[in-house]
Amino acid sequence: MARIEERFRGLRERGERALIVFLSAGDPDIATTEALVLAMSDSGADVIEIGVPFSDPTADGPTIQRSSERGLAAGASLRRVLEVVGRLRDRVDVPLVLMGYANPFFAMTDFAAAAAKVGVDGVIVPDLPPEEGAGFFGQLQDAGIDPILLAAPTTTSDRMQLLAERTRGFLYYVSLTGVTSARSGLPEGLRDGVRLAKKAAGDLPVVVGFGISTPDHAREVGSYADGVVVGSAIVDRIESAASPEAAVDAVAAYVSEMKAVLR
Amino acid sequence: MSQQGKQGVRSEPDERGRFGEFGGRYVSETLVAALDELKAAVETIVETSAFQDELDELLHSYAGRPTPLTYASRMTEDGRRADPARGAKLYLKREDLAHTGAHKINNVLGQALLAKAMGKTRVIAETGAGQHGCAAATACALLGLECVVYMGEEDVRRQELNVFRMELLGAEVIPVTSGSRTLKDAINEAMRDWVTNVRDTYYCIGSVMGPHPYPVLVRNFQRVIGLETREQIQRIEGRLPDAVVACVGGGSNAMGIFHPFVEDDGVRLVGVEPGGEGVHSGRHGATLTEGVPGIFHGKRTLVLSDDDGQIFPAHSISAGLDYPGVGPEHAYLQKIGRAQYVVANDDEALAAFQYLSRTEGIIPALESAHAIVHARKLAAEMGRDEIVVVCLSGRGDKDVAEVRQILAAEAAKH
Repeated sequence: MARIEERFRGLRERGERALIVFLSAGDPDIATTEALVLAMSDSGADVIEIGVPFSDPTADGPTIQRSSERGLAAGASLRRVLEVVGRLRDRVDVPLVLMGYANPFFAMTDFAAAAAKVGVDGVIVPDLPPEEGAGFFGQLQDAGIDPILLAAPTTTSDRMQLLAERTRGFLYYVSLTGVTSARSGLPEGLRDGVRLAKKAAGDLPVVVGFGISTPDHAREVGSYADGVVVGSAIVDRIESAASPEAAVDAVAAYVSEMKAVLR
Repeated sequence: MSQQGKQGVRSEPDERGRFGEFGGRYVSETLVAALDELKAAVETIVETSAFQDELDELLHSYAGRPTPLTYASRMTEDGRRADPARGAKLYLKREDLAHTGAHKINNVLGQALLAKAMGKTRVIAETGAGQHGCAAATACALLGLECVVYMGEEDVRRQELNVFRMELLGAEVIPVTSGSRTLKDAINEAMRDWVTNVRDTYYCIGSVMGPHPYPVLVRNFQRVIGLETREQIQRIEGRLPDAVVACVGGGSNAMGIFHPFVEDDGVRLVGVEPGGEGVHSGRHGATLTEGVPGIFHGKRTLVLSDDDGQIFPAHSISAGLDYPGVGPEHAYLQKIGRAQYVVANDDEALAAFQYLSRTEGIIPALESAHAIVHARKLAAEMGRDEIVVVCLSGRGDKDVAEVRQILAAEAAKH
């Protein structure tokens, strides 16, 4: 069974909600990224998204833009990111998902095979809607990798159906119209949007991301979605830590705190 | 559009906005609905005669169209000096005489009218040197729309007069501090604004780029350049030109003048890209000449990108050509061999800037000076009875201060 599906099945059996975490590869350096992934896995993260840095991250707010720049400066190209996954794969059981913009994935012609070989479980490409991504997503699926699609508050119900049919592993519902960023409050109408997504998704899990940063957010969203994604809040802790070791400790503590409210 | 668009059937996108392998719609899910809405508005609003009449009236009474087609007699004679048996006649399509000093006004009047008809109250735009920003601010002032312009911090510093112009016109200019702090980052930030305020905001893209339907929407607003040229050259010379030459950054003036001639096999279409300090220097903006296929700013096109798929900043003496992507239709026209794309370097453009000023009494934009460079080379190889039209996309007032500095620095070196 695919690792993501297996993970959600376990969560469902235990009555838990998923905590999905994001960090940019190479922020602040490759070794720390590996230490952070191990620590987040140990602290209860259910899926780990590893961001592939890109020069022009149009879907991201300032926090992840800066982390993407640090990742690029540390040399975190897509090939290096695959090496990271290869080294982590035997050490963690948690599903590892790559998240990044289309151009680096398309620039690497043997991506699907190389990603499958190192054990990538899923791929999220925010600027690749299913119409344009059909070929690439087909290659991923043939290689046993889940293409994970995003849905948005502006998605119509017909289109929601299409996204639910095409996504694998889970459907990623973007909580608001906007870019990634930690925010103080949850957007209005989120529950209704998630309801629409869940209706289309049927048995497939629907998780909510963008703007979720506190245990209160997670508790509330966890009451109607199958999981939450936190990214900017983690990257903030990495950015403000005094040292890589301090970053690992701070992120581990935060992940434990967030997971606790989803159990 | 459909009324005007009967000529160029050989270069139209498919339903998904593809020109061959280029174009398409690579955007966040949030923007899919907005692009669907825009596509529907193109059909229900833009393609009506009421809209076209209103736009034509504005282009005429406000923007000063039609712009003249000027015979460049001294430049033509000069081209015949080396070999009197050769030297094509050179004509200049005078977009420099349009309101705001460049072809940009054609597009922004169309898009601002559309934004208003769609019920959007807020218009956002990106700008490099400030030309599109000033044009957008102008159209928004005219139509009473709120206007926000994103501009790289580096460009804000280099073009402070244009920032002031936009502010005079009532626009808010937001400096962009991310990435390379130039045009591509201004586009990134405009896209972030759009995805955030998508319900009431119209994104007025400045060139034939972005996701479908923008490349075709902008091209169709710029086609007026080629349609006028066609009519004017037939009236003056009784026939079509043998070649049409235009500079290409994103490529909107070139697409505008090329498109009405695409079906005419006898008309060579030549785009001139910024060679910067030379294409082998790594500091250039010659995307069609040196680029690779990639996905950037919502479309698949040729891009300046490294092996890892990271986009690298373009360079040109002319800020308006300083873009590491290009309109997908140009990539297509190059691929099918219908248009050719060549390069003019910074130093050549600088020389042409001075040359046209002295020879014809027209100070061209540094962008347009790139087209002049190649048009002169081309004309020199052609027969005396042949005709070359150059799109003089804008006037050089905006570049005078910078050129003065460059020339002073060069003089100091010698």
